[in-house]
Amino acid sequence: MEFGPHLMLAALEGAVISAILVLTAMGLSIVFGVMRVVNVAHGEFFMLGAVLTWFVATTIGGHPALGFVAALLIAPVLVGCLAAFADRLILKRINYDPDRTIVATIGMLYIIQQTTLMTFGPEARPVPPPFNTRLSLPWFEWGEEGFALFWPWGLSITTYKLFVIAAAATVLVGLWVLLTKTKIGLIMRATQQDSETAQAFGVPVGRVYSWVFGLGAGLAALGAVLVVPIQQAHYLMGGDPLLLAFIVVIIGGLGSLPGTVIAALLIGMSDGIISVFFSPTLAKIIATLLVAMVLVFRPQGLLGKKPS
Amino acid sequence: MTVKKANTSSINRRTALLGMGASAGALASAGVLPGTMGFAQAQSSAPIKIGFQKHATGIGAAYGRWYGATTDAAVKRINDMGGINGRPVEIVTEDDGTDPGRGAEVLEKFANQHGCDIAFGTLFSHVVIGSAPRAAELKLPYFVVSEGHHVASGMLNRYTLQPGITDVKSQVISMAPFVAQNLGKKVTMIYPDFAFGHDHRDFFSEAIEAQGGEVVAKIAIPPTETSFTRYFPSIPRETEVIYHVMVGPAVLTFVKEMGEFFGPNRPELFGFIDSLEAVDIQSSGLEFLEGTYFWEGMPRHAQADQSAYDKTYRAAVGVDDRGASLADGADVSTFAHMFGCWETLNIIKKGMESAGYQGPHDRAKLIEAVEAMTDMPESEDHPQGAKRFNGKTHQTFGKQFISQVTDGKLVCVHTASIEDGLYEDEVDYTTQSF
Repeated sequence: MEFGPHLMLAALEGAVISAILVLTAMGLSIVFGVMRVVNVAHGEFFMLGAVLTWFVATTIGGHPALGFVAALLIAPVLVGCLAAFADRLILKRINYDPDRTIVATIGMLYIIQQTTLMTFGPEARPVPPPFNTRLSLPWFEWGEEGFALFWPWGLSITTYKLFVIAAAATVLVGLWVLLTKTKIGLIMRATQQDSETAQAFGVPVGRVYSWVFGLGAGLAALGAVLVVPIQQAHYLMGGDPLLLAFIVVIIGGLGSLPGTVIAALLIGMSDGIISVFFSPTLAKIIATLLVAMVLVFRPQGLLGKKPS
Repeated sequence: MTVKKANTSSINRRTALLGMGASAGALASAGVLPGTMGFAQAQSSAPIKIGFQKHATGIGAAYGRWYGATTDAAVKRINDMGGINGRPVEIVTEDDGTDPGRGAEVLEKFANQHGCDIAFGTLFSHVVIGSAPRAAELKLPYFVVSEGHHVASGMLNRYTLQPGITDVKSQVISMAPFVAQNLGKKVTMIYPDFAFGHDHRDFFSEAIEAQGGEVVAKIAIPPTETSFTRYFPSIPRETEVIYHVMVGPAVLTFVKEMGEFFGPNRPELFGFIDSLEAVDIQSSGLEFLEGTYFWEGMPRHAQADQSAYDKTYRAAVGVDDRGASLADGADVSTFAHMFGCWETLNIIKKGMESAGYQGPHDRAKLIEAVEAMTDMPESEDHPQGAKRFNGKTHQTFGKQFISQVTDGKLVCVHTASIEDGLYEDEVDYTTQSF
C-alpha cells in the first residue's frame, strides 16, 4: 500500500480505538478522581457491557438496529446498577482503604469473569451492527495527467465505525456538561476536592460514591456496547481495555478529565498508526514505555496536579 | 516457623497461622496432600479410563466443546457395542485452558491422580508440544488430534501418536497444486503466530514453490488478536491469492474485516476452514465469501454423494446437514476437525483389543499395536474416509477436501487422495525405547 492511503487508514483505525478508549478511561478516571479507588475490575464492567449487549440483541431479535438501541439503553444502566451495588456491598465496608480496595476489585474481577464464563460460556459471540456500509475512500495523486483521484485497495471505513467516533464524542460532551454545568457535577467535584468538608455541607458522600462508581462502570459498558458490533463479546475481552485505560489515565494524570481525553487520543492514534505500519506488539511496548517515562519524569501525569 | 518466631518479632502467632493455613490450602488445591490421590491401580473389570485433555476455556474453547461432544458420542457407541476388552470406557475430562503449562499439569493429574490408562484429545499445537514431553516422562500414551506436523517431524516422542487426523504438512502439499493451477501463483499468507501457523507458513511456501508459484508476503497474527484491519495493509498489491488460516475466538471478526478491507475487488481467497470453524457461513458480513474456496478436513455441509457413514456419524454426534447442532441451528460445530476424536477413539479401541490391554503395565504393548496399524478402510469407525497410518512417524494420512462457497453452501469441488499428501519419513519412533 502506498504511504498516503496507508497513513490515512491507520489514522482512521486509530480514531476508532481512541473513541472507545476515551469512554473506558473516562470511567476509570472519574472513579479514581472522586473516590480515590483504583478499580481493577473496570475491564470486567466493559466485558459485562458487551455480553449484555449480545444478550439483549438476541432476546429482542428482529432488525439489528432494534436490539442495538435497546442494548445501548439497557446495558450501561444495568452494569452501572451492578457496580453501585458492588460499591455498597464491598467497597463501602472496607472504608475505601486504598490497599484493600485494590485487592477487593481484583476479587470482583475474578468473580465477574468466572461467572460470565459459567453462564455465557467461553465462545466469542457476534452482535450484528445496526447499519454497516463500506465507504471506499479516494486518494489523490499527481500523475502524468496532473491531479487525479483514485480509489486505492483497502482504503475504506464503514459507516458504523464513523458512528462509533461520533457517538463517543457526543457522550464526551454530555459528560463534560454533566460535570461542569449541573448540580450533580458540582456535588461530584465538591466530593472530589474534599469529601469531609462536602459532607459537612450536607453532601451525601456515601451515595455520591455509589453513583460515581456506577457511572464509571456504565461508561465502560457504553464503550463496550459501541465496540461489540466491530469485535465480539467474549469473557476475556476486559483485559486489553483495562491495560490501555490504565495507561491512558496514568499518562493523562489520575483524576484529570481533560488529561484523560488528550492521553486517550494520543494512545489510540499512536496505537492505530504504529500497529498498522509496524506491529501491534510494538505499539503496546511503546505505550508502556511512555507510561514508565511519565512516571519517572512527571509522576502526576500530563495535566495532573501535584499532590499538595 | 517456631525458630523464626523466637528470633524475630515481626511474625506473631496469628500471621504464622495464617501463612500455614494459606500454604496448606495451596497444597490441597494443587493436589499434593495425601488423601487427594487417586487409587493406584484399577481392577480388571473396572472401566478403562481415558483422560480427555479438553480446551474448555481459552482460545480453543469452541473446538473443546465440540471435541467433547464428539468424544461423548464415540464413547457411547463403543460402550453400546460392549466396551473395550469387555470393559466399559470412562472419559475423565480436565480443562487445560488451551495453555501449554496447564496442559502438562493436566497430564500429570491423569496419570497420578485419576489413574488414567491413556491421555487423548488435544488440538492446539502449542499445548501438544508443551504436554508431550511430560507424557513421555509419565510413560502415558498420548493420542493427539492436533493436525500439527510436530508428531511426524520427530520433535516429540514414542508416547505421542496422531492416528486420527492428517497433519498440516500433508494437507498443504495436497492443496498447493489446486491453488497454483486454479487461483494464482502469487500468494499472500495470513496465519496465526504459533506452531500450527508456522507449519502452514513453512510447508505451504515450499509446496507452492514446487508448483512454480511464490509467497509474496507472510502475515503472522497473534491468535489472541481481536482486531485485524491493521494487518491487511501489508498485503502487497501484486497478490493474486490470499491464503488465510486463523484460529481463536475472533475468527468471525477476522473474516468480516477482510471482506470490509477489500470491498468489491478482492483477490482470490483460499482459506482453511479453521478461519470459520464454529461460525455460520451465512453470518451477516460474510456475503463476500461467495465463490471463494476452503480446505475442509471433512465437508461441513452434507454433500450430494454423502456416505451412509457420514449420515450415521452426524446423527450420533447430534449435528444436522449444515454441521450445526440439532438442538440449535445457530450453534455451528467444528466439523472439519472433530471427526478426529471419533476416529482416534476407535483406533484406541482396536489397538487395546489387539494388544490384549489389561492395565497401565500394557501401555507399551498398546503403542506397539497401534504402530503396527496401516490401512484403515472407510467405515463407521472412519466416517471421514480411509486412512493410512505410518507407524514409524506416528502420523496418519487421509483424504482432503476443497469446497467452494456456492449459494451459502460449502460444495466440495476437489478431493485430494491419500497419495497426494504423502511425504518422506522424517523420523522412526519405533527405534526409540519405551
